[in-house]
Amino acid sequence: MKKLSARRRHPLAALVVLLFALAATGGLYAAFAPADKAEAEPVAQSLAIEEGKKLYAVGCASCHGTGGQGTTDGPSLVGVGSAAVDFQVGTGRMPLQQPGAQAPDKPNVYTQAEIDQLAAYIASLGPGPVTPTEEQYSPEGADIANGGELFRTNCAQCHNFTGQGGALTEGKYAPDLEDVDPKHIYEAMQTGPQNMPSFPDQVLPEQEKQDIIAYLDTVNSEDSETPGGFALGGFGPVTEGLFAWTFGLGAMIVVAIWVAARTAKAKKS
Amino acid sequence: MSTTTAADNRRKAPRGERVADWADGRLGIYSLAKTNMRKIFPDHWSFMLGEVALYSFIIIILTGVYLTLFFVPSMSEVEYHGSYVPMHGIRMSEAYASTLDISFDVRGGLLIRQIHHWAALVFLAAMFVHMMRVFFTGAFRKPREVNWLFGFLLFVLGMFTGFTGYSLPDDLLSGTGVRFMEGAILSVPVVGTYLSMFLFGGEFPGHDVIPRFFSIHVLLLPGIMLGLLVAHLILVFYHKHTQFPGAGKTNKNVVGMPLLPVYMAKAGGFFFLVFGVIAALSALFTINPIWALGPYRADQVSTGAQPDWYMGFSEGLIRAMPGWEVVLPGGYTLALGVFVPLMVFPLVLAAIAVYPFIESWVTGDKREHHILDRPRNHPVRTGIGAAWISWYLVMLIGGGNDLFAIHFHLSINAVTWFVRIAFFVVPVLVFIATKRICLGLQRRDRDKVLHGRESGIIKRLPHGEFVEVHEPLSQEQLHTLTQHEQRKPLEAGPEVDENGVKRKVPRVQKLRAKLSRGFYGENTQIPKATPEEFKEISSGHGHH
Ligand code: HEC
Ligand code: HEC
Ligand code: HEM
Repeated sequence: MKKLSARRRHPLAALVVLLFALAATGGLYAAFAPADKAEAEPVAQSLAIEEGKKLYAVGCASCHGTGGQGTTDGPSLVGVGSAAVDFQVGTGRMPLQQPGAQAPDKPNVYTQAEIDQLAAYIASLGPGPVTPTEEQYSPEGADIANGGELFRTNCAQCHNFTGQGGALTEGKYAPDLEDVDPKHIYEAMQTGPQNMPSFPDQVLPEQEKQDIIAYLDTVNSEDSETPGGFALGGFGPVTEGLFAWTFGLGAMIVVAIWVAARTAKAKKS
Repeated sequence: MSTTTAADNRRKAPRGERVADWADGRLGIYSLAKTNMRKIFPDHWSFMLGEVALYSFIIIILTGVYLTLFFVPSMSEVEYHGSYVPMHGIRMSEAYASTLDISFDVRGGLLIRQIHHWAALVFLAAMFVHMMRVFFTGAFRKPREVNWLFGFLLFVLGMFTGFTGYSLPDDLLSGTGVRFMEGAILSVPVVGTYLSMFLFGGEFPGHDVIPRFFSIHVLLLPGIMLGLLVAHLILVFYHKHTQFPGAGKTNKNVVGMPLLPVYMAKAGGFFFLVFGVIAALSALFTINPIWALGPYRADQVSTGAQPDWYMGFSEGLIRAMPGWEVVLPGGYTLALGVFVPLMVFPLVLAAIAVYPFIESWVTGDKREHHILDRPRNHPVRTGIGAAWISWYLVMLIGGGNDLFAIHFHLSINAVTWFVRIAFFVVPVLVFIATKRICLGLQRRDRDKVLHGRESGIIKRLPHGEFVEVHEPLSQEQLHTLTQHEQRKPLEAGPEVDENGVKRKVPRVQKLRAKLSRGFYGENTQIPKATPEEFKEISSGHGHH
């Protein structure tokens, strides 16, 4: 023991310890890291990019240019990131069918695997927001109330209180967010499609994005609770007013006609 | 008549009679009741629209009392920890928190809230159609002009009671409405800022607006309305109800059922039917789900924020108005984009309010009227009424321009431009179309009187011609179709006096004569069948 305690103060001791530590971490890494993936990934990645490039050439290049540099019919895709592609193609917005005020969402024509390949190809053109993983966008255990507060502050001016959607200028619109896939909500915030501003992590950290997703899931999904009865679409006073006139007053008038028609017969006196 | 010794000697009067006697001796209700309880009410469904308004008003008051038991009109901040999970931990005003409590923690609270709100929408809608009934039938004519004004005031006060009411929960939607109002007040030149500071007790939103709105909503406006409503009904009694023309109905009688017991029984039943309809609506359909809207915060706003329908036309005015702004020398800003709508707002309402007075001035008709007009017999009035309604509807569309844009896949700019143009054009077109329809209907009436009703039976004449058999109308029907008078326009007086000297006709009189020609001159009525014409045709000289 004495030997060790004497050498402990040796000038080179610190260096030796450092070397040991480095070796240990390196070894641990080698032991625990998925070794096959570390090697296989670049290969799969480049395969995906290859496949994506082909898909791209068929479905997208006509508008976005052969190298994604953009044409008069579509913007440059350099640096939009895989998240933008996953969102645009996953919600069916791309490939665009016809020019209009805004690319509408429609049934998606690609499989998820193909979307991933397209995304990989576009991501290879330049760095951009990356497709989120499930644990990033899963609303599990998020703070709904905080999500509501954030939604009202950041999103309601375009999407309405509970995400029913709203009109923008010249026929553009912020869509109804009912039952939008949590992943696509997350990506929309990341990438800011079309007229929507983007909310990168510096502005809206991952946790807060999850809160918003959880909020939307609570108030605007197929199984949202409506404690007051049928929600009439949730569009507020305009539908309520129409409803009060047609069904409320309409019923009153029907009842009035019925009552008025039931008159007592006057007796001759 | 309260004590009779003779009766005392023989037997006690039944208890009910004694109570009535007691009250009568002090209040004199017997003679009052005697005259009024046998008051006659004519039967027509459109005369019951006022009743719908009355009953929904009663329902609003009853449910409103329940809500005041639990509502806290305070803007002090609390953190929410009630039953509605998606709001847990959110800071909000006590007003909003107590509304959440009413919705989720007070027994029956949500239902009562929804009844209160649905009844308010139905109340104003009922007033609106009641007003239109009175308008199109000419029931506003002498002696009922004052009652028309009382009614009109009730409508306007109802609008503001509604506005202050839906602002109380202090939710993000209604708060936006209050903000809207603040903007409108601020746009008033010179005094706008002071007015706003006065109303809000400082900068918007401050801490005073909810408590103040509360007193206005539950005390001031309903109090005035209650008084007006009683006056309104007393006047209906006093003037007696009007009636539609028909056999045996004259300007001097009322044909119908006595108030007691027939009309009372019907009215009582009708109250419960109205209550039933509103309760069913409220039990089945959400209204103003404030829990989904969040508490008001001045830094938040939502798209698709509209007021309740009766305020919708003001929203439409603002949305349709271009955002003009003028900066006067000295740096004073005139926000015309807001101020002009603020000025048009009362004009829209005043246009309908003053109509009875304008009509009686223009037509020079100062006689009493107790027989209603059939709308077709007054094409100009009916046209004006329809034009006003179309104007109001155009503004309502403007108020919901974003929703119309989205749901009909239009551009909001296109909708707004449509509203801007329609604001000026549609009322004119509607006026012309309505007038023509009225004239067409008058022509048909004339035809019916002269040639009878088309029976649908086709007859072949001996020489082979086919004709439709027309059945003559009954005397009653003939009376109904021909009883109306067809007035001549007023004249401004001769151009020259009896000495041939050119007379000076005042400008107003000329204008009046001109307007009068518009009302009753050419192309405003089809001459009704005269007895001579009728005789000639029915004596067999007609074509069939
Ligand atoms: C008919 C032409 C057209 C086709 C085909 C098309 N796009 Fe687009 N794309 C557009 C236009 C135009 C926009 C810009 C939309 C906008 O902002 O309104 C766009 C936008 C995008 C964006 C968003 C860019 C950003 O800045 O966030 C992505 C990602 C995209 N397209 C991917 C694709 C992919 C992948 C395909 C093929 C599957 C495709 N597009 C096919 C026209 C097209
Ligand atoms: C300036 C207005 C604006 C704001 C603010 C805004 N959005 Fe959007 N949002 C849009 C528009 C416009 C689109 C449609 C884009 C498109 O079609 O490509 C959109 C699309 C979306 C979509 C895709 C919907 C679908 O049907 O696929 C989601 C999800 C979304 N927004 C969520 C949000 C969230 C969450 C926020 C707040 C953090 C937000 N948005 C803020 C304008 C806005
Ligand atoms: C609180 C709202 C109102 C209530 C409760 C109410 C109630 C009534 C009732 C019960 C009647 C008799 C039945 C009928 O003709 O419908 C009546 C008549 C009348 N109302 Fe109203 N009313 C209200 C608002 C209005 C409004 C907004 C107007 C018009 C501006 C109006 C103008 C009149 C007139 C002129 C009559 C006499 C009609 C006639 O005798 O033919 N009232 N009202």
